[in-house]
Amino acid sequence: MSTTPELVIRGGTVVDATGERRADVRVVGGVVVEVADGLAVPEGATVLDAGGCVVAPGLVDLHTHLREPGREEAETVETGTRAAALGGFTAVVAMPNTDPPLDSAESVRNVYALAEGAMAQVAVAGAITVGRAGERLAPMAELAALGVRLFTDDGDGVQSAGLMRRALQYATGLGVTLGQHCEDRSLAAGGTMHEGAWSSRLGLPGMPSEAEEVMVARDIALARATGGRVHFLHLSTAGSIDLVRRARADGVPVTAEVAPHHFTLTDGCASGYDPVFKVNPPLRPQEDVDAVKAALADGTADAIATDHAPHAPELKDLPFDQAPPGMLGLQTALALAITELDLPLARVLALLSWQPAAIAGLDPAHGGAQGAPVAPGSVANLCVIDPGATWTVDPTAFASRSRNTPYAGRTLTGRVRHTVLAGEPVVIDAEAQR
Amino acid sequence: MSPFPSHLLSMDDLDAATIAEVLRVTDSFAEVGRRANPKVPALRGRTVATLFFEDSTRTRMSFETAAKRMSADVLSFSAGSSSVKKGESLRDTIETIQAIGMDAVIIRHSSSGVPARVAEWVDHCAVVNAGDGWHQHPTQALLDLYTVRQSLGGGQEGTDRFRGLRVTIVGDIRHSRVARSQITAYAALGAEVTLVAPATLLPPSLEGWPIAGVSHDLDAVLSGTDVISLLRLQAERGSGAYVPTMREYSAGYALTARRALQLPTDAIILHPGPMIRGVEIASDAAELPSARITDQVGNGVAVRMAVLFLLLGQGSLEGEAA
Repeated sequence: MSTTPELVIRGGTVVDATGERRADVRVVGGVVVEVADGLAVPEGATVLDAGGCVVAPGLVDLHTHLREPGREEAETVETGTRAAALGGFTAVVAMPNTDPPLDSAESVRNVYALAEGAMAQVAVAGAITVGRAGERLAPMAELAALGVRLFTDDGDGVQSAGLMRRALQYATGLGVTLGQHCEDRSLAAGGTMHEGAWSSRLGLPGMPSEAEEVMVARDIALARATGGRVHFLHLSTAGSIDLVRRARADGVPVTAEVAPHHFTLTDGCASGYDPVFKVNPPLRPQEDVDAVKAALADGTADAIATDHAPHAPELKDLPFDQAPPGMLGLQTALALAITELDLPLARVLALLSWQPAAIAGLDPAHGGAQGAPVAPGSVANLCVIDPGATWTVDPTAFASRSRNTPYAGRTLTGRVRHTVLAGEPVVIDAEAQR
Repeated sequence: MSPFPSHLLSMDDLDAATIAEVLRVTDSFAEVGRRANPKVPALRGRTVATLFFEDSTRTRMSFETAAKRMSADVLSFSAGSSSVKKGESLRDTIETIQAIGMDAVIIRHSSSGVPARVAEWVDHCAVVNAGDGWHQHPTQALLDLYTVRQSLGGGQEGTDRFRGLRVTIVGDIRHSRVARSQITAYAALGAEVTLVAPATLLPPSLEGWPIAGVSHDLDAVLSGTDVISLLRLQAERGSGAYVPTMREYSAGYALTARRALQLPTDAIILHPGPMIRGVEIASDAAELPSARITDQVGNGVAVRMAVLFLLLGQGSLEGEAA
C-alpha cells in the first residue's frame, strides 16, 4: 500500500470516542502525529481541506457481502471496498456466504489475499458450521488463529439449538463472538416479505416477526447459560429489540446491530412488487421501524451495519418471490443515519465506527487500528464528513458492480468528503483515488 | 365514472361505476355470443397475446375466444414451449413480445405481482391480469358479478341489487387470487362479504379488508347467505398442510345438497372452477338448480370481450379511433 509520507487535514472538527474539538490532524507514515488547532503545513505535505467538516475515525461495517469468491458478477473485493471507502468505511467485515463459503483456513486466507491493497481493511467473518449447513462446527480455532474474531452462518440462522449451544461453549475458549442471523426456518420458509397486512393484500408469502424473535429469545437463553458472546445481526422487529433490551439489563453478553433499511423503509414499499425492496430480514411495518430507531437512541443497538448485499440486475428483474433478497448499503449508510435519525452526529459515529470496531475486534483494545481516537500514535484510519451537504442517490454512479439500491433518486444529507486508510487518502472530495 | 384504466391488474383498479359499465358492455357482447355468427369487428387489426406462464386451459381458451370474436389477431405464448425454459428472463421475454408489437398482453403467472411489473415495462400496450399467484384474478370476479346480476334478475342495467347482498366466500382464501378479487369487487358494489374458513386458510392479516365478518362455522352462516362462492383447496400450493385431512376439511366446509337446504330458496351457488367434487363441493350440490357454475364459464367469454373492448376498442390508447 502506498502511504503518503505526510498529510495534514485542515480546518475540521475532530469527533471521536473522547469527544469533540476544533483541530487539524497531521499524519506521518500512516500514523497520526499531531492533533491541534492551527497546525503549520510542512513543505511537501498533502493537504485535505476539512473546512466545515467533521474529522472522525473511519467507519467500520460489521456486515458486508463482498460476494468474492463465487459471485463476482455482483461484487468483488475490489469494487466492494471501493464502495466502502466512498461511504467513509475504512474496514468491513466480509460475510462468509460466498462460494465456497469461508469455513476453512484456506478460504479465509484466499479472501485476505484478495484484499491486499484493497481500499478498506477487510476482516473476515468465519462460518460457524461447515458449509454453513448447520450440521457440524467449522474449524473455529484454526480460523481464530488467522485473526477471525466473528463467526456467523449469515444468510441462515443456526437452526439447531443444540449445535448453537455447543458453538457458544466452544467460542468461549477462543474469545470470539458468534453472530446470528435470526430466522427460524420452520416459520419463515418460503416467505418473501414481512407477514402482515401488506403481504396478505399483495398475495405474497410472508415471514412473520416471530421467525426472528424465537431465535433471538433462544440465543439469549444460550448466551446466558454458556457465557458465550452473541452478536445479533440486522435486528428488525420491536419484539427482538425488546428481548435484547431486557437481556442486556440482565447482563447477558449480547450485542446487536441494525441496518439502515430497517430504520428508513417499511413493508409497504413492496406494494409495487419491485424486488429492489426485497431483503432478509424483510422490511417491517412502521411500529418496528420506530422500535429500531428507539434502539439506536437508547443504546440497545450497538451498531448500524449495512448488510450490503449486491445482486446482478437480471436477478432483481425476476418476479418478487423468485428474486434474491438484499440491498446495497455501503454508500448510503452514513447519509441515511444523518438524514433519518434524530441523533447527534457523535452518536451516529459511535454506531458506525468505534462501537462496531469493538464488536468486530478491530479496535485498539483488541490489537486493531479501527475506531481509534484521533490522537497521536493512532493509525490514520479516518473519514472526513460534510454533515450538511445534500446529494441525490444515483445508482449508476456507485462503485459497486450492482445497482440494487432502494434509495435511487432520494436526496440525502451528509456526505463523505475524504477517506484516509492508514495514512493514504483513498477518497478525496468524494472521488475514489484508485 | 372514472375512465377505464390503461391496464386491468386488480379489482382495486375499478370503482363501482366502472364495474357497472363493464357489466353493461358485457350485456352487448353476451348478445353477440348468442348470434349464429358470433363475431364483431371491434378489434380488427389489433393484436392480443396470451402469455400463460402457468397452465390454465380454461382461462386461456376463454380469453382467446373473446379476442377472436372481436376479430383481433391472437398470439398464444406458453412458458412450456418458449425460451423461458431456456433461462430467458421475464423482462427479456416481455421486451421481445413488445418488439413484435402487441396492443394487449394477457398474463397468467404463478408469482404474485408479475402483471404489475410488466405494466411498468411496456409502452402503449394494455396488460390484463389473468391470474397472478395468490394476488388477483379480476376477470373471474367480474364474471361472478355478471352471473350474480343475471341470476338476481330485474333491472339488467343497474348494480343496485348488490347493495346489502349477503355474500359468503368459503375455503382457501389465504392462497386464493379469486377470493382477493371477489372481495374487492363485491364490496365495491355494496355487498356484505363474509369469509368462512379454518383460521389456517385465512390470510395472516385481514387489516383493511372490506369484509363484514369472518366465521369458522359454515352451518351458522348459510341461512343468512344470498350468494355462496366455494373456493378450491389449493393442494398444489401446499395447502394440504393447512388442514389435517381433506376429510376433516370437507366435513366442516364442503357444500353438500343437505347443507344447501339451509340456504334461502333464491340463494345462488358459485364456484370459479375447476371443482374438486367431494372436497369443497359435493356433486349433489354442484348439480342443484341454484348452482350457476356453467353460467359462470359461459359468461366468462362475454366479460372478457367487454374488458378487451374497454381497454382497446374505444380509442383510449394513443387517441386512436375505434
